[in-house]
Amino acid sequence: MAKRILIADDEPNIVTSLEFLMEQAGYETKVATNGQEALDLAASFRPDLVLLDIMFPAKSGYEVCQRLKGEPATRSIKVVIVSAKGRDVEVAKALELGADAYIAKPFSTRELVAKVRELLGNP
Amino acid sequence: MPAIALALVAIACVVLWSDFVPAERDAANDLLTSPRVGLLVFFAVALAGVLAFVTYRITAPMVRSARQVAEEVQLTAHGNPEHRLSLSCAPPLRGVVKAVNDLAGIRSQLMAEHAAAATEAKAQVDEERKRLAALVAELDQSVLVCNRDGRVLLYNAAAKALLGGAENGAASDLIGLGRSVFGIIDRAVIMHAVEAMEQQTARSTRESTHFVTTTRDGRLLRVHAAPVAGAADAAGGMPELSGYVLLLSDVTEDVDADAKRVALFQGLVETTRAALANIRAAIENLTEHPEMDAARRARFGTIIRDEAVGLSERLHRVTAEVTERLRARWPLAEMRGEDLLTLMRRRIERRAGLPTKLEAVDSELWLRVDSFSLAQGLSYVARRLKDEFQVREVRFRLAASGGHAQLDIVWQGPPLSSETAFAWQSEPFTSAGEESALTLTEVIERHAGEMWYQRDVPAQVAYFRFLLPLAGEHAVLRSRSALPSRPEFYDFDLFRHLPATDALDHRLLTDLAFTVFDTETTGLRPSGGDEIIAIGAVRIVNERLLQGETFESLIDPGRGLPESAVAVHGITPEALRGAPTIDKVLPRFHRFAAESVLVGHNAAFDMRFLQLKEAQTGVRFEQPVLDTLLLSAVVHPEQDLHGLEDIAARLGVAVIGRHTALGDALLTAEAFLRMIPLLAEQGIRTLGEARAASKKTYYARLEY
Repeated sequence: MAKRILIADDEPNIVTSLEFLMEQAGYETKVATNGQEALDLAASFRPDLVLLDIMFPAKSGYEVCQRLKGEPATRSIKVVIVSAKGRDVEVAKALELGADAYIAKPFSTRELVAKVRELLGNP
Repeated sequence: MPAIALALVAIACVVLWSDFVPAERDAANDLLTSPRVGLLVFFAVALAGVLAFVTYRITAPMVRSARQVAEEVQLTAHGNPEHRLSLSCAPPLRGVVKAVNDLAGIRSQLMAEHAAAATEAKAQVDEERKRLAALVAELDQSVLVCNRDGRVLLYNAAAKALLGGAENGAASDLIGLGRSVFGIIDRAVIMHAVEAMEQQTARSTRESTHFVTTTRDGRLLRVHAAPVAGAADAAGGMPELSGYVLLLSDVTEDVDADAKRVALFQGLVETTRAALANIRAAIENLTEHPEMDAARRARFGTIIRDEAVGLSERLHRVTAEVTERLRARWPLAEMRGEDLLTLMRRRIERRAGLPTKLEAVDSELWLRVDSFSLAQGLSYVARRLKDEFQVREVRFRLAASGGHAQLDIVWQGPPLSSETAFAWQSEPFTSAGEESALTLTEVIERHAGEMWYQRDVPAQVAYFRFLLPLAGEHAVLRSRSALPSRPEFYDFDLFRHLPATDALDHRLLTDLAFTVFDTETTGLRPSGGDEIIAIGAVRIVNERLLQGETFESLIDPGRGLPESAVAVHGITPEALRGAPTIDKVLPRFHRFAAESVLVGHNAAFDMRFLQLKEAQTGVRFEQPVLDTLLLSAVVHPEQDLHGLEDIAARLGVAVIGRHTALGDALLTAEAFLRMIPLLAEQGIRTLGEARAASKKTYYARLEY
């Protein structure tokens, strides 16, 4: 069974690309467009990895990450932050809150896929 | 004298007699008992009397004359140094008198030279002080000079404006000569800076100390502190810090603007990154998956186009915002018209390579301009004239016209179309060798000016005319006129270090800071429901009345105002409408009067009112109080009238502006200043002595 990836980003233009990339790499995907939806889908869709943006209007990516890593049921889900915020303090904060990787926008698609593969093993 | 001679003869006889051997005594007896001896003795006694009388007549005038001379010498030595001894004395004394007179002459000359040197030295010091005070007063930078104890020795109008801008002048009460700087800037912050300066002095380094601090009303001040070194100590060691100079600038807006700039930059970076990510991911998907179906391909194409458009729009918005900020912070400075022209000509000749000339120029004009942007704008115009219309020279005219400066850039050549002229005004200077996002229209707008293109057909020339603001005298004057008599801003005598521990009572009246105040009230019964309706006060520091440091406030008494009271002070109920209440005003006055001795005329009356308000306002006036009414009775005990106008008239103080609280306070202060030397004549020099003398006078028994 293919591994599952949840894409949580509110910008459709990046979501399209991420969806395409992950499907080409052989993963099953679902999209959340805000923080709360990401948490809901993490429970129902049970992904193996989340590609998580930080900048959501209500519930930030930091908070989503912290919640996922704080619950025993979701702790094993890998979290990759994909964000336009790139100051070192922001990277440090995300990693402190439990993120498994931090990819700053703009990124190389190849490196992103490679990082996902590394975290999940083969699909 | 003859009696003494006789006595001496008698004693000599007795001694001689006792010394005789018996044979000699017999011989003497024989002699004395012979009849001729009586005659002999008579002659001897008569001779002695005549001799004594003659001696007396000769020496008595000499002695008197010597006494007179001694008295005169005393007068010359201690009284009138110009007195010269009279030569009409006994002839033998004349030589001495002449010598003393010579000596007195030499002494007078020495004293005169000494006095002249002292006067000159003092004049020089005064001159230097005045020069420094004038210099500091003219500075745009806010300056405070403090002594080691944090007392303000000097401040300028800029400092007063900077620190006094807050509500109702409340903060401006805090700045004054002799006041503590800690009322304005936190003590801990200052002490930290002082320590840093002391360490630097010890290491003989001269870095300046900077810090940023907040004021009570929440503004940010950037403070630059520099030490004032005192004289080196006797052992020739390092000079001690005798005070410091603080240069203050309000950086609230700068910090705010900086924060906004950072936020703008941050926002730009993040949105750009996100857009680039979208574009890059889409392109990489397209190139790395050539097998992609047409629908998907079209979808990624749309993403790339949309993101690129979005990116351009965002950049445009940010540029606009930055330009807007730039405009808001545009520095307009006063500049001589001629200097502005020189600057423009140089730029045009160098940058645009176009010769320039001056036509009629009013050299008296001062403008208020952003010279850089203007020069940039005119240089841009010149460059386009040269490049597009082959103009070979531009000329300048400058004149005043209806409250504006009228600046023309004139050339000979073909006319411009109105479209071209408009385009030049509204296009950024980016072309033609100038780099700026600004347009001429914006530059002129910022100056609140105008510009237009015009032709002078008979003279065969065309020109752009710019109307620009003149440097308004009123702008300079407005900020300073509120503060009279510049010299009051400084008082270097405060540099003398007075140990804080010294009880005020032991301090000389001439060294103290006084707050001379007066109140107007609804009536004469403090405990019968009457209220204060006005307080006026002025400060005296080191015997100087500081006209620039006054306190004046009307007070809403919260009750009616009897006609009788209106008749006294002329303050009507209408005038008090909207005035602050006593619980607002008294704490302010308390701050104003802090660390000074209160002085009032019939102060007991005013103090009673203040005491009755302690519970309501929460401020207590615990400083010593002097009463000019009582002091007047000390100075002139034989006079019956000690009313304010009576004593003012007696002491030669002109009475103006009476029966306003501030007017009376000023009058009281003048009278008080004139009493200080009169008190000193009676040996009353310290605060303690003045208070003790006051207590003794009859009036001290008055109770309200």
